[in-house]
Amino acid sequence: MIVDPQTSPRLGRALRTVLVRDLTLALRRRGELANPLVFFVVVVTMFPLGLGPEVDLLARIAPGILWVAALLAALLSLEAMFHPDYQDGSLEQLLLTPHPLAVLVIAKVFAHWLTTGLPLLVLAPLLGVLLQLPESATGVLVISLALGTPTLSFIGAIAVALTVGLRRGGVLLSLLTLPLYVPVLIFGAGAVDSAAGGLSVVAHLSFLATLLILAISLAPWAIAAALRISLE
Amino acid sequence: MLAGSQNRVQCTEIVLFGVNVAMSWAAVQGWFHKLASPPHFYVTAGRWVPWLGASTVVLLAVGLGWSLFIAPLDQYQGASTRIMYLHVPAAWMSIFVYLVMAGSAAVGLVWRMRLAEVIAASSAPLGAWFTFLALATGSLWGKPMWGTWWVWDARLTSELLLLFLYLGFMALQAAIPDRRAGARASALLALVGVVNIPIIHFSVVWWNTLHQPSSILRLGKPTIHPSILWPLLVMAIAFKLYYMTVVLLRARCALLERERSSAWVQQIVTEQIALCHPLR
Repeated sequence: MIVDPQTSPRLGRALRTVLVRDLTLALRRRGELANPLVFFVVVVTMFPLGLGPEVDLLARIAPGILWVAALLAALLSLEAMFHPDYQDGSLEQLLLTPHPLAVLVIAKVFAHWLTTGLPLLVLAPLLGVLLQLPESATGVLVISLALGTPTLSFIGAIAVALTVGLRRGGVLLSLLTLPLYVPVLIFGAGAVDSAAGGLSVVAHLSFLATLLILAISLAPWAIAAALRISLE
Repeated sequence: MLAGSQNRVQCTEIVLFGVNVAMSWAAVQGWFHKLASPPHFYVTAGRWVPWLGASTVVLLAVGLGWSLFIAPLDQYQGASTRIMYLHVPAAWMSIFVYLVMAGSAAVGLVWRMRLAEVIAASSAPLGAWFTFLALATGSLWGKPMWGTWWVWDARLTSELLLLFLYLGFMALQAAIPDRRAGARASALLALVGVVNIPIIHFSVVWWNTLHQPSSILRLGKPTIHPSILWPLLVMAIAFKLYYMTVVLLRARCALLERERSSAWVQQIVTEQIALCHPLR
């Protein structure tokens, strides 16, 4: 395709357009926006009810519970990334633009993280208080979620892109995504655990940052290829 | 004068070498293209299967006899070490089959080669069974050794996650109605898995060393004695041959099914019917 520089917008503008469009759409569907957050809170509430209210036990397992709940909340919100666009046809328009798809999907994933991952960061300290997480670990909890949840969005986007054309992709999505989430879970929960125990968290956070850099640099290509396969 | 003729000889040699390389490359390519054509593969694989199957049976018999009756017992672990001769080859195969599967899936994705897609699809259930076998034998071995069926040991855990990756591959393939689209989607998933397997494995090792140090009992000696190594190798080769036999059988069957409307399948079916019912 020959691109006319006069009429076709530059890549930066295209990225901004995608980002603003996705954010606008997400903000107009506020109910859907709140669902993963409510889910996060409800799941965390179930654990003390199932395990008993002993303070020591809760403080011991709080990092794991918070991280697993964040993982599930991220999983739950994944389908919203491409599915509505697939149904109204705008996903195909995205594939037809003259800009590299692998770059455009970064804007989509980022918009998705802003609307689903970022609110988790705000909510997590409150839930940490509910679960008796030591106050010294709260900061590390937020930092680890800030480094980890974007990776979850990028990895999950690959699986969503692969299953976007399927009628019942939901259960399949968890089977495809959760095994790939394991490293993020290990280092994320490990960081909070170490902070609660008064140990150094540099190694854990460095690993989370490494995973994020790997995800940003490699996942967009896989997402673009998966979208092309799904919409072929 | 002499130097000039030497030069010429050298030049000719280089040219000849180049022609040779080009010809053998063409031969390899020709062989590759020929093998990639489904009817040719069907016939060739049909010729290989009996030999592969027979050598599987022989090696499996030798390996099982050797490892179950002849190989020496471990001083501390007793007869339960013998499960190692199944466990270790199965664990090796679980990774090997994933690599073969991802490799052929990549070939199918890049060159759109149908045979590669069929090989990848036929490998997945076998790999999943090898992974399950490694987990089950590991668990059986763990009961007398660790006193429990399951330990969140790094290797067992990453083996379990590998099983999930296999299941995801098969589930994605089954979920997409169009066979070829399913093959391409699951091929991409397999490649994502190949990138992630080392990351998952090392993060599990890290996690394990943090949470529970030194509960692991491995083979007592630092190096494996030849009397244990040889039956183990025989079993490993037998497992590989078994995989090759069954994957070729499955691929042949899958090809017949996928290409059932093509002329060569119709011809095979007519021939088979003529063989089975000579009077008709």
